[in-house]
Amino acid sequence: MGAIRFDNVGRIYGTKQDGFEALKGVNLDIADREFMAVVGPSGCGKTTCLRFVAGFDQPTSGIVSVDGVQVTKPGPDRAVVFQQFALMPWKTVCENIELGLRNKGVPKAERIKKVNDILALMSLTSYADAFPHQLSGGMQQRVSIARAYVLDPEVLLMDEPFGALDAQTRVVMQEELVRLARRNPRTVMFITHAVEEAVYLADRVAIMARQPGRVKEIIDIRSVREAERWDDHEKIEDVMDLESFVHLRTQIWRSLRQEKAMEIA
Amino acid sequence: MRIFNTQNVIVLGLIGFGGFLGFWTLLSVSGLIPSLFLPSPASVIERFVFLLSHRFAGGTLIDHLWASMLRFGGGFGLAVLIGVPLGLLMGWFRLLDDIVTPLFDAVRFIAPIAWVPFAALWFGTGIGGPIMIIFAGAFPPCLINAYRGAKFADPRLIEAAQMLGTPDRRMITEILLPSAVPSIIAGLRISAGLGWQSLVGAELIVASTGIGYMMVQGQGNVSTTTVMAGMIGIGFIGMVIDIALRRVEEAILRRRGLSV
Repeated sequence: MGAIRFDNVGRIYGTKQDGFEALKGVNLDIADREFMAVVGPSGCGKTTCLRFVAGFDQPTSGIVSVDGVQVTKPGPDRAVVFQQFALMPWKTVCENIELGLRNKGVPKAERIKKVNDILALMSLTSYADAFPHQLSGGMQQRVSIARAYVLDPEVLLMDEPFGALDAQTRVVMQEELVRLARRNPRTVMFITHAVEEAVYLADRVAIMARQPGRVKEIIDIRSVREAERWDDHEKIEDVMDLESFVHLRTQIWRSLRQEKAMEIA
Repeated sequence: MRIFNTQNVIVLGLIGFGGFLGFWTLLSVSGLIPSLFLPSPASVIERFVFLLSHRFAGGTLIDHLWASMLRFGGGFGLAVLIGVPLGLLMGWFRLLDDIVTPLFDAVRFIAPIAWVPFAALWFGTGIGGPIMIIFAGAFPPCLINAYRGAKFADPRLIEAAQMLGTPDRRMITEILLPSAVPSIIAGLRISAGLGWQSLVGAELIVASTGIGYMMVQGQGNVSTTTVMAGMIGIGFIGMVIDIALRRVEEAILRRRGLSV
């Protein structure tokens, strides 16, 4: 369970008459356990869409729902991984990961087991008692992902999670996320600027356009991935070398560039 | 070359003190001002040392300072215990904020000393009255800084806590309070300063012990050196309180990886 639906969603800032229309008529269906990447130029409202699902923000028209229930407030069934990690600086790695489980009322013994499992899975065990500021950006984002995954959420919302990381760390994290997603598939909405990242990770890629923000095109990746057996390749660069990968990447780039050309014209 | 390393800062501070004492000595030995109006530093220090071991107005200087510090501890502690939680609650619950803020904004402009008649009437001149006056001085910065600390907590951390399903109570104790700690400590320093100042003011009027009371008695006996010895005691204790709070502040910031 964890199907996300955007039904004719709009967002206007300011008054209805002369406000800024950030999103208009957004329709998007993300199936249960589907990995949906959302790409688009800055200001197209992709982060706003994610915030609707998280319950941090409300659309001014239309409905955002998860499993048919309209989203009204944030909750642990829809875990968020933020670009800037958003870890509590006064809590250790362990305490950060544990917070959501404590809120859920999970008994202590079970909490310890779950936290230890996820720490091991994310190669964080030796940092359990470190404070976030003692870790690198990549490590902090691992903690943030662990904090989300440990709740076993229906929906995982990732807002440019690797945007603040250097290129090498980014690649490692992308590979790890694929590993994690295969092991324990969740419905994922993944916002990114990076087209390659989207193609590598996602089942489908939604391309957004701006002024007003809307979903312009949806590209299916999964059928190609399965047909061309991408998962046989362990390393990201091997996948990126495949003709089928390059083809999809180029297709998305073209679509994004058309957008730009129309803006300039 | 670093001019502002710790050692130099101490030296510069001592230069300030030394210059002040020199100027004071010069003024008093020049004979331009009668010694009753401006006692010499030497006579003040002599009196200060004398009062450390000899009783005046019911106790030694130490006794008076101790009585004042107890009162201060009471009033300041009460201000922290009420002001900080209330400020945090106001920072989280909009309704409480809207109810309390206008009232508070009016009341906080009343100088602590203005409460003296009522403090004496309601709580007497022994312990309760002075504590209320200290409270009146120390409470606003506690509340304001806790409130601001909570209000300006990183919204991303609040969102993160919300998506983790954090209930209100835990939001306040585990998210807003730690977020607000730097602001709260800064508030405590202001609060301690104002409380300590109000205390002496209060003791000038009410109370039968304490450093302020000793100074009033000194004034009554035309012993200006006693008044000045009291001032030195007040300044010294005030500095000690502030240094202690600054240490706490530094320790907390260091723990979070923020340089001081």
